[in-house]
Amino acid sequence: MPSRTAATQAGTAAQGLLPTDVPISLIDADARACSDDDWKMPDELRLLKLYRGMVLGRRFDSQATALTKQGRLAVYPSARGQEASEIGAVLALRPHDWLFPTYRDSVAITARGVDPVEVLTLLRGSWHCGYDPYEHRVAPQCTPLATSALHAVGLAQAARMKGEDTVVLVMLGDGATSEGDTSEALNIAAVWNAPVVFFVQNNGYAISVPLAKQTAAPSLAHRGIGFGLPGLRVDGNDAAAVHACVSRAIERASAGGGPTLIESMTYRIEAHTNADDATRYRDQHEVEQWLARDPITRLRRYLLDRKLLDESKIDALDAEADTAAAQLRERMNADVPADPDELFKDVYAEPTTALRRQRAMIDAECRAGAA
Amino acid sequence: MTIVAETTSSATELTMAAALNRALRDALADDERVLVFGEDVGRLGGVFRVTDGLADQFGEARVFDTPLAESGIVGTAIGMAMNGLRPVVEMQFDAFAYPAFEQVTSHLAKMRNRTHGHVQLPIVIRIPYGGGIGGVEHHCDSSEVYYAHTPGLRVVTPADAADAYSLLRQSIESPDPVVFLEPKRRYWNKQQVVPSRGDDLGRALVRRGGTDVTLIAYGGPVATALDAAEAAEQEGRSVEVIDLRSLAPFDDETVCASVRRTGRAVVVHEASGFCGYGAEVAAQISEQCFHYLEAPVLRVTGLDIPYPPPQLENHHLPSVDRILDTIDRLQWDESRPAED
Repeated sequence: MPSRTAATQAGTAAQGLLPTDVPISLIDADARACSDDDWKMPDELRLLKLYRGMVLGRRFDSQATALTKQGRLAVYPSARGQEASEIGAVLALRPHDWLFPTYRDSVAITARGVDPVEVLTLLRGSWHCGYDPYEHRVAPQCTPLATSALHAVGLAQAARMKGEDTVVLVMLGDGATSEGDTSEALNIAAVWNAPVVFFVQNNGYAISVPLAKQTAAPSLAHRGIGFGLPGLRVDGNDAAAVHACVSRAIERASAGGGPTLIESMTYRIEAHTNADDATRYRDQHEVEQWLARDPITRLRRYLLDRKLLDESKIDALDAEADTAAAQLRERMNADVPADPDELFKDVYAEPTTALRRQRAMIDAECRAGAA
Repeated sequence: MTIVAETTSSATELTMAAALNRALRDALADDERVLVFGEDVGRLGGVFRVTDGLADQFGEARVFDTPLAESGIVGTAIGMAMNGLRPVVEMQFDAFAYPAFEQVTSHLAKMRNRTHGHVQLPIVIRIPYGGGIGGVEHHCDSSEVYYAHTPGLRVVTPADAADAYSLLRQSIESPDPVVFLEPKRRYWNKQQVVPSRGDDLGRALVRRGGTDVTLIAYGGPVATALDAAEAAEQEGRSVEVIDLRSLAPFDDETVCASVRRTGRAVVVHEASGFCGYGAEVAAQISEQCFHYLEAPVLRVTGLDIPYPPPQLENHHLPSVDRILDTIDRLQWDESRPAED
């Protein structure tokens, strides 16, 4: 029989690992400040940065969707409605931290400073991610689900070994939490006490499959306790709350406190991608309910109420977003010549004999085609 | 390329396991970026003792046990390599590496390409593979073609202790990810070894010269092929034996030069024949040496069955007799008279 002491120790160790019953919120859906003794509202400057990031992010997102409809992108998974999660999380990163994004996190990557045309390179249909991951400390957008969570743990642990103060933020979706690699990553991160923040955007659906068919856990944040790391649940349409949670998790990891799992409760307003038809699996009524919880409207109202923002600033920012979108449209409309030679360049450090032969064959075919 | 002076070491009698241990020890000593981790590789020294004593010598920060999660081992190694380290990880047995398959094929093999050359992953995955040790199920797979078929990976397999040392050192220094397959039935074979790094990763080796037929093997069956060549010699046939050592890339130059001289070729491996590595070798020889061939390229391979139980594995593994029988079938009577 387990001893009473052992039971008490387990109980003590478990303290602080479970999420709160109600998701952490600082600005509610009616744009009112929520009182929460545990969490501090980000300062005015931060709130304005969050607002700006979301406005630019949404305009970028809608432009990318439009470019897809025009055939300029092969596919685009929209993050519309998830801007508070995307921006709130990524703006919490310090310059020397790393971001490990998925295919739905283009908005976060652009907010990290990566050139938007580079960000869209992969979705444009290229074989590579488009940017140098070391330049902005952003890993390639990960298409296979959850695999990057392990890369994040490894990179973070290597930073610790090298004595660097680097925290890694890895983004996942609700569907990805069912993958084995998520469990392995949570477990290894906890055992190693690695400086990682697992940021799960629970947007309700994995393509068409609702969360109820994904998990029987009380919440995705509850999965933390089983691995021995704290799980937080946050209102994912509240940029202030997301930012506060992720910032604290980064501080904790940076101070040697180990990993944190954050479940950000949000909603995917668009279909999975342009190739998906969401009307086959969800009601428009549900979408409308979430539109009423729009993260940008919410923060705008909060800032307007406190005179931190006015109509002219709003208009100026919208104009800035439109200009950026116009530039993106123009740059994306330029055809990029595809050079078949490039296919062989980065398979190995040096092309093998077989690859050199195949490259010569393609060259000959191209010359014959041009002649 | 960094040129490092070879340490002058005298020959020592080492088993393949000890030679691998020595290679890991020297790599850890030479390069502080090198890490060794996996299941039971720390205090225990690995189930085959290949990492014996390394945790004591280099500390648990550099040689450590991980949770029992193969995808996790390879996945975290990828992250560590992205951050400048050079992980050497162990999969405990061939078939236990399968949970890591997605990390290997979708990330390890492709990261250089996916990042336009910005990120390279100098990782070595050591995998004890193959049978011949009376192992139970899931402990004797020859899984080499799963990896060799994946562009972006190097696949290396030593056949003796000296190569085990040399090829592992070179694999650890390679800028490309390497799947390093260790034929576990050769772990305890002893040999005089001069620990030398060498500079021939990717190259096959003519283990024995001959003029009548070329035997092409790798890993465990190289010794069997050499025994068969010795026996054939007694019967008056001169057999050349090539040890491929590198399955990806394939050293077609060495193989084809030999076959053009001998005019006959037999490929030997213990993995199942269907879609096995021998099929690729046979195809390459046919494509590149057709006019030199006196007979079709034949294969001696494992049966197309799941790896058999210990008391039946001798039927599955290529034997000296089966190799000799196969050599006999190379149309000796029908061959053209020698031109001289």
